[in-house]
Amino acid sequence: MRTTLLTSVQVAGFVAAGYLRLDGVVPDELNDQAIDVLEAGIPRSPYGTPVAKAFPDGSFARRLIELPAVAGALHSLVGPDPTVDHHAVHVREPREGHAQPLHADAIIDTRMDAFDVQLMYYPREVSADMGGTLVVPGSHLRRTNESDTGRYQNLRGQTRLTCPAGTVMLLHHGIWHGGRRNDSDVRRYMFKIRFNPTVPQVRLWDVSDLEDPAVSAELDRRFPWYEHATGRLEAHNRVRLWRAMTGDPSFDVEYWNTRVNNRPGRVA
Amino acid sequence: MKQQVLVLYLATSALDAPVVGWSRYDGTGRTDPTTGDGDEPPYETGVEALRDGWRLFQASQLIPPYPGHEYDTSFLKHEFFFEKLS
Repeated sequence: MRTTLLTSVQVAGFVAAGYLRLDGVVPDELNDQAIDVLEAGIPRSPYGTPVAKAFPDGSFARRLIELPAVAGALHSLVGPDPTVDHHAVHVREPREGHAQPLHADAIIDTRMDAFDVQLMYYPREVSADMGGTLVVPGSHLRRTNESDTGRYQNLRGQTRLTCPAGTVMLLHHGIWHGGRRNDSDVRRYMFKIRFNPTVPQVRLWDVSDLEDPAVSAELDRRFPWYEHATGRLEAHNRVRLWRAMTGDPSFDVEYWNTRVNNRPGRVA
Repeated sequence: MKQQVLVLYLATSALDAPVVGWSRYDGTGRTDPTTGDGDEPPYETGVEALRDGWRLFQASQLIPPYPGHEYDTSFLKHEFFFEKLS
């Protein structure tokens, strides 16, 4: 199967923002079939079913995740042969009058060296009044439980998704997000698949640009909603994740982790 | 008299720090604010809200991190509640 692996800079961007956007990567031929397929429903499998079993060869979902750009991004983040945690079709009805509260999926996940990836696929163009998915960049490493973040309505720098048909987003499992209110006359469809890795998530992407200074720049990004002090902790925590994903315990950004781990004369 | 509530999340624990997040809840029923309904905050700082007549009634306490959890990140820390009666 042909794949297009992510670069180190792209993966660092994912570690910083908690998501990767692939605009319009799904061809019209698939997008045109999608609504009927999603309306008919895609059979559920038990949690942790191998992809080949969950989505038979030639099925719509299988063709979607075997598109080179999608397959390459998935391989880069969760590796070969991830299992399907679960999948779901989300529909926001026209003028339904309410939005989802800001939330993270599942329960608090304390893993610092592993993560699941959620694929979100939008078969049709999403316009501003259709209330696309709200995503809070850089929120994925925060430990909150599900919709406990529901009090927050708006955060500076939030992404209110508008996108062309055939857009795919890949999200870290911890990211804060929610379905915005649909104020249009058009039904909004989104197909979600959660993937669990089955191998260590170490150097799974194209690492030829690992030393590119843009990697550090991505990992040190601050988002407009960060409080000044906590923003530094975000950089610290991303370095911990990047060290795990590269197998390089000496990597650092701005000396944050090196400085606070310095214990001269002592055995670590 | 009905209560309108404004919640501002600030960049530091100071009330004159920049707004990084916001929520509104309207007890009068005249508006229906909800999640993700705007990109620009209603005020640039907490003090700007005071100057516009909002009355501050609660600010988050400063609580030191629990030992062993100094690098954990979670909810926004600098939460300020305001009200207007109308």
